[in-house]
This record gives sequence, C-alpha cells and structure tokens, in this order.
Amino acid sequence: MSDAGFAVDVRDVTVAYREKPVLWDIDLEVAPGVLMAVVGPNGAGKTTLIKAILGLIKPAAGEVLIHGRPYSQQRHRVAYVPQRGSVDWDFPTNVLDVVTMGLYGKLGWVRRPTKQHKAVALEALRKVNMEAFASRQISQLSGGQQQRVFLARALVQEADVYFMDEPFQGVDAVTERSIIELLRALRAEGKTVVVVHHDLQTVPEYFDSVLLLNVRRIASGPVEDVFTEENLRVTYGGRVGFVKFVRQQSGVDNA
Amino acid sequence: MLELLFTDYTIRTVALGAAILGCVSGALGTFAVLREQSLLGDAVSHAALPGIVLAYMLTSSKASIVLMLGAGVFGALATGLVLSVTSQTRIKFDTALGIALSVFFGFGLVLLTFMQKRPDANQAGLETFLFGQAAALVSSDVITMAVIGLCAMIVTAFFWKEFKIASFDPDFGKTLGLRMNFVQGVLMVLFVLAIVIGLEAVGVVLMSALLIGPAAAARQWTDRLSLMFVLAAIIGAASGVTGALISSTGSALPTGPIIVLCAGVFVAISLLFAPRRGLTWRWLREWRNGHRLRMEAVLLDLYALASQHERPDYPHEAAVLDLMAHPITGSARSLTALEDRGLVARVGETQWSLTQAGVARVDAIVADRFEGGAMHGGKSVAIRHDT
Repeated sequence: MSDAGFAVDVRDVTVAYREKPVLWDIDLEVAPGVLMAVVGPNGAGKTTLIKAILGLIKPAAGEVLIHGRPYSQQRHRVAYVPQRGSVDWDFPTNVLDVVTMGLYGKLGWVRRPTKQHKAVALEALRKVNMEAFASRQISQLSGGQQQRVFLARALVQEADVYFMDEPFQGVDAVTERSIIELLRALRAEGKTVVVVHHDLQTVPEYFDSVLLLNVRRIASGPVEDVFTEENLRVTYGGRVGFVKFVRQQSGVDNA
Repeated sequence: MLELLFTDYTIRTVALGAAILGCVSGALGTFAVLREQSLLGDAVSHAALPGIVLAYMLTSSKASIVLMLGAGVFGALATGLVLSVTSQTRIKFDTALGIALSVFFGFGLVLLTFMQKRPDANQAGLETFLFGQAAALVSSDVITMAVIGLCAMIVTAFFWKEFKIASFDPDFGKTLGLRMNFVQGVLMVLFVLAIVIGLEAVGVVLMSALLIGPAAAARQWTDRLSLMFVLAAIIGAASGVTGALISSTGSALPTGPIIVLCAGVFVAISLLFAPRRGLTWRWLREWRNGHRLRMEAVLLDLYALASQHERPDYPHEAAVLDLMAHPITGSARSLTALEDRGLVARVGETQWSLTQAGVARVDAIVADRFEGGAMHGGKSVAIRHDT
C-alpha cells in the first residue's frame, strides 16, 4: 500500500439534487498530515462534499481516492464525525456505548464488542476528558460534551484521515480549545484532518490549509496563500464589509 | 377467570398465542419507535387485508400459514412501495404512507365484500381479520406464531449491534462499511413478520398499536436499549394475554380493540408515573425547583436588608419580605421552610433574621450563581462539569 501522493484526492466530483448542481466539478488535493478547513457560505455544499467523499451521497460524476486508492477500498482508514444534530440524542444508550460504535467496522458482522473493545473506547474518552461520563445517558450531555463523544467515537477508529462536520458548532470556548488541541495532536501523529468550519476568524490560527467552497471550488491550498480578501469576496459573494471585518479580526494581512 | 388459564385448554391456547404475538411485536416495536417509523406498521397491517383475502381466493384454504403468507407478501409490498416512493419522488414519507395504507385497505375491503356475496359458506370468518378474534386461535396457529416469532428473535439477537447503529446513526454505520440498506431491509422484514403473526388475533385495523404501544411505554422506564426491548416484550405480552382473556371469556367483544385498550392503559401509566421521564415526576421536580428558588430568593432578600445594617442577623418584618417576594406565593411558606432548615430564625411575633448557617448559605448561592459562570444561573454548573 503506497502512501505516496495525497491523503485525499477528489477528482471532478459533481453532485446534483434533481437538476440543480450543489457541487460543481470539485477537485481537491489534501497532503498527508495537514489540518484543512472547508469554508464557505450556507448552502455552499460543505456538508455535501464530505458526504459525497464518504459515499453517503452518490455523486453524479467524479471519484475519490484516499491515500491513492478508491475510498471503497480504504474505508477502514477513514473516520467520520457527523454534525452533532444529525442524530437523536434521546436514543436509549450511554456514552461508552456510542463510542464503542466506532469499533463496529473492525468487529464486522454479528460479533459483539468485548471488554477489550470497551477499554479502547474508555481510553478514547480519556483523550477527550470525558471518561467520567462513560456511563452517562447521552440525553444528559451538553452540546460540547456531545461533540466530544462523537470525537472519541472517531478516535477509536484509528484512521489516517478524519472528516469532521462542524465540530465547533455550539461548543463553549473551553471545549473549542480542547478540540483544537486534539486535532493538532492528530496532525502531530501524521494524520490528515478535514474540518467543515464556520468561523472565518479562527481559520488562520487553527488550520494550515483551507478550501474555499461555494458550489464550485473557489480556491484551496495553504492558508497564507489562499485565505485572501479577494478569494473570500468571491466565495461570499461580495459582502466586502463583512469580509474586511473578518480580515481585521483574524489579523491576517492581504497576501 | 384466572383459574381457567390453567384448566381450560382453549383459553390456554388463546392466552399463549396472545402472549407470543404481544411479545414479538412489542419487542420489535422498539426499533420501529426509535427509528420514527411507527406508522409504517400501520401501513403494513392495513395492506395485509387484500393479501389475506387473495390468499384464500387462490387456495380456498383458511390455514393460518397460507393467510399469513398472503398478508406478509402484501405487507412487504406496501413497505417497499412506501420506501421507494419516498426515495424516488418528492412525495413525503407520511403522504406515501397515507396513500399506501388507504389504497391497499380499500382494495382489501372490496375483495372481502366481493367474497361475501359469493355462494361459498367456507369464506365466513374472513371478516374477523378486521378486528381480530383471539378465540379462534387453535394450537396449530400458536405453533406457527411461535416458530415465526422465535426466528424473528434469533435474527434480532444476531444483528443486535447492526440494528442499534442503523437506528441511532445509519450514516455513520455506512462509513464503517456495514451495509445499512441490507440491515434496514432485514428490520423491515421483521416488522412485517411481527405484524403478520398478530393479524388473526388482533386484526388488521389495530395491529400496529401493538407494535407502537408497548415500546413507547417501555421507553419511559429505561435508558438502555436492551432493557427497553425486554420491557416492551413483557408489556406487549401482558396486554395480549389480558385482552385475549377478557374478549374470549366474557362477551363476544372483538379481541383487537380490547388488547389495544390494555396496551393503552400501560402507555398511560408509563407516561404518568415512570421515574424521571414521567409527567408526575416532572411536575414534582418543577414544583420542588420553584419552592427552592423562592426559598433562596427570600434568603437573599433578607441578606440584602441585613446588609444595610451592621449585623447580618438584624431582624426584619415579615411584611417587608412579603413585599419583596413573589406577589402570589408570598414569603410565609418559604420562611417556615427556611426555619426548618435552620437558615433563618423567628424574632418575636412578626420579625425574622438570618442565622449564621443562613449567611453561609447566601455566600454559597452567590458563589454558585455569579462567580461560577458569569450570569447564566443554572448553566454555570454545567460549564463547570464541562471542564
């Protein structure tokens, strides 16, 4: 299994709901060991892109390679953190059980998780500072805690590439800091992390690389090259005042 | 009535059959309820009617296995139709469900009426499939139900973790490489089986209630999926047996409605009295919270008054506290409760003062509300758990 080349290689992916394209001819190359933000306005197709890469939405055209081979052959090397709101948190189960679900792929059909699997899940909970909540019913978690449970579930997958859909959505400042530390730790291990992100101000601080998306790929690459006022203006459709404000806040000069 | 259960062979057969069908449909209903597909069962059971009549028309047999087969085929047909219409067209799930249910059921009624007009004495009794007749169960029916039910339970035990993830987060399950479409298909087949084995006793009109009711009741009592599954089976069996016994011993009441009423009683009890999720529990907790907050408010008022004097235990008139307190509830009951806890003391007839314990409690409340998490009241506690 050759790891030369890109961790994620998206080629000509187009997704259409009925006749309307929601993603148009997307090309994206992500080098291994990179922390990348996917940024764009509402309806830009950020979540759709992640879902198309993971085969949850069938693209009208295009292909996705993970570490040089089609995604369908590399599933076990990819972990997914869906949006927190995508599941019913009143489901009758506890935190440890949800994290253990990350191991179901390794377990395969029918086999049940054992004590060792539970220990792995507990270890992942420790990494997100949630071990004290292992037996907590999931409906009793705060937003930040729910997010960390989802992160722990992705951690047990021991993947090489992580896709996260808005992991900072509705979490408090402390959780946000602990999540970003976790992402940096993953990067330090050589993992690749692609994150749908909403807060433009923190992009230069948190990420090395960015994809600006609005149905089409506006630009992608290192933050210092790509995260420019001009590109942001194109992505966000000319709301210059807003864009300028963000530039000032994030303290990045025009490239 | 109960001694008949042990002595009367017919009653025992009926009770056993009702227990099996209640158990299986209750248990599998757990997944239907959690996947928000409760009403799919309604479409399946209504759609089974034409299947039953057609099966009889084709074979002239009223053997339960033949009729169940017809019911199963049509139930599965309706399920497939609803799911594919939902995914292939812009029609929403509830609309597709409503259409399938009424069209299939209407077709069934047409066939049934047509059959009844024919000079065929043997067809009599098909109409009992509308509302069910547990008294008609014979031991071969019960054996058929038991075998199908057992198969369904074994499959569930096999695919337990797949069913769980398909119900909680199917997209995530798919990224793990578990074929969720297949798992959901298996679940659908089990729903159809659970419905089909109950049709003779409960009837097509109300069978879906036995899929939904016990699971909804069980959810109130537990936060564990496995326990919910077992509880739903027990509640389903209890509803089935009670309803079947009432209908087959006393009057000629149709079994389906009675069983469903029994399940309804369980649901009502669960909604009202289950710990934590039950309504009574919630009212009690809200009342307690209100009482606690009013008590704290009076304590803080007393502290505010006292802080205008040198001594924290400076006594104040109850009338002043009443003015500061909630206009309807006043301060009298809060003061008495605070006195019981040793936080305030009565001075003379009408005056109150803070005790030392009271002052300490005020410090604790202030620290909790204002220093812990800015001004967010209860949220401050949550934030501290967070870190």
